[in-house]
Amino acid sequence: MLQDKDRIFTNIYGWGDAGLGGAKSRGDWDNTKAILARGHDDIIEEIKASGLRGRGGAGFPTGLKWSFMPKEVGARPHYLVVNADESEPGTCKDRDILRHEPHKLVEGCVVAGFAMRAHKAYIYIRGEFVNEAKALQKAIDEAYDAGLLGPDAAGSGWAFDVYVHRGAGAYICGEETALLESLEGRKGQPRLKPPFPAGVGLYGCPTTINNVESIAVTPTIMRRGASWFSGLGKENNTGTKLFCISGHVNKPCNVEEEMGIPLKELIEKHAGGVRGGWDNLLAIIPGGSSTPLMSREVCDTMTMDFDALRAAGTGLGTAGIIVMDKSTDIVRAIARLSYFYKHESCGQCTPCREGTGWMWRMMDRMVRGEAEPHEIDTLYQVTKQVEGHTICALGDAAAWPIQGLIKHFRPELERRIAVHQAVVNAAE
Amino acid sequence: MSIAAITSDFQPDSFAFSAENEAQIERILAKYPDERKASAVMPLLDLAQRQHDNWIPMKAIEDIASRLDMAKIRVLEVASFYTMFNLKPVGKYFLQVCGTTPCMLRGSDEVMRCIKDKLNIGSGETSEDGKFTMLEVECLGACVNAPIIQMNDDFYEDLDYETTGKLIDDLASDNVPPMGSMTGRQGSEPTGGADVLQAVKKDVGKA
Repeated sequence: MLQDKDRIFTNIYGWGDAGLGGAKSRGDWDNTKAILARGHDDIIEEIKASGLRGRGGAGFPTGLKWSFMPKEVGARPHYLVVNADESEPGTCKDRDILRHEPHKLVEGCVVAGFAMRAHKAYIYIRGEFVNEAKALQKAIDEAYDAGLLGPDAAGSGWAFDVYVHRGAGAYICGEETALLESLEGRKGQPRLKPPFPAGVGLYGCPTTINNVESIAVTPTIMRRGASWFSGLGKENNTGTKLFCISGHVNKPCNVEEEMGIPLKELIEKHAGGVRGGWDNLLAIIPGGSSTPLMSREVCDTMTMDFDALRAAGTGLGTAGIIVMDKSTDIVRAIARLSYFYKHESCGQCTPCREGTGWMWRMMDRMVRGEAEPHEIDTLYQVTKQVEGHTICALGDAAAWPIQGLIKHFRPELERRIAVHQAVVNAAE
Repeated sequence: MSIAAITSDFQPDSFAFSAENEAQIERILAKYPDERKASAVMPLLDLAQRQHDNWIPMKAIEDIASRLDMAKIRVLEVASFYTMFNLKPVGKYFLQVCGTTPCMLRGSDEVMRCIKDKLNIGSGETSEDGKFTMLEVECLGACVNAPIIQMNDDFYEDLDYETTGKLIDDLASDNVPPMGSMTGRQGSEPTGGADVLQAVKKDVGKA
């Protein structure tokens, strides 16, 4: 188990003061000037060496992402955009950073923004987080008053501004280019890539978009060193991670743990175990709703890191762990996700706009068994026609949960169809 | 995809931002480059909605369009794309119940059943007295505190049938309870307290 001395987010539960005084007592803003004095490229190298991979879902190496920004600032200014549009079902970790550790994020913006030669950061926060946006704005105001933001941020000589921009209820804005569209005042519909945001991003300028957690851990990595961070976790899956454990556990919670922790240990140590005991476990969605579920046997030995979960045909995603015990109507649980994706499709690409509706309607029938056995394969085919045929990954995200269901619970689908058929036959 | 583009049949004849909000608009516009005023469209729609009983009339959309040098249809397009913009009136207490899987697993069906029992309204409906509107919404991002209702700006967490009933009774008598967990836990720590960070908690207690 991770020791407290290695935890980054020591106020994650909001026990202490989230304001500047409390943040400073936890080590935030401690000689930020010295970090910036190391220079743009040195910061990027340190983050690269730490092995930090993006905490928003894709797991792309953060330092490498920063290095894609132009080394010289031309006519177009550089921008840092923080993705605080946390909306992936099962995920609620950024919320705790925003309300209880906002200064880690604000300081992270200064460090990351400076590293990529930006003078401005926009934090795009989901619209429903009204109180979290207030907490964040309060931290930003405190930082300006203390000279930590502004024309001479933290006495570094580098001008840096941070702005909060609130969304208004669209999951798709968590996709980075949809987020940029939204920030520019349009519908949140993803852009084609290339060009990538590092070349042409916000307002057509070089832009890097990072998750809240990725940015918030960077000041601590800079202070404690890349080797401290990379010494935690596993090779290629380093550091600590905020896990959200929801669903059928005795004590749902958020907790910061070491990357690569065994799933069973994580749930039993921190979340009070599966309701009714580990043997009562049916399945787990490991990384937010978009990642395919794992059956109980897979869960027994799984470790929570990017590579192990990918090898099992699923993913770490956002580390939003949704636990389902044997009382779960598994078909309905996945059908409800299909409804979610139907609701959240932006409508731009035909396979997703139409396909999410198709998949949901078929899943809705599968819940009641109102289908023919061969339609399971038809449904699978539809998921394959959506997957990979859209501009962004929402189509994939809508397809994967159903594929996971068919892979692990096909007999249950068949059973429901048989039961329904028997009822129909009896009525005739 | 979700289509919320149903504007109200009952539109006011005019809309004007209050003096206080005019000042706020200046502060909002200062966040974005001068030639990128359209970036302010969502904050301004939010402001209009807050000023106008939690819904946006067409006159406000026209006002915002002319301020930001946008075509009216572009502003309407944004207003109808994002689900948090209400284009028709909602009740004084707008109950947005999360029904996505993590909340469903923890009993959001019971929360919705309670609302139906108490107020006789389903998703998208407003109570006869106009006090309550209920809407089933998608993941609110507080899954370890499921199930959740967002009432106007605030989250009420860790609900069940009984506590939802109590929440509605309180609101019916205009007694707005403090937001947060209805089981009394703080934030996202495990019920009964966390095993981690105990030394930190002790220090906080001393301070």
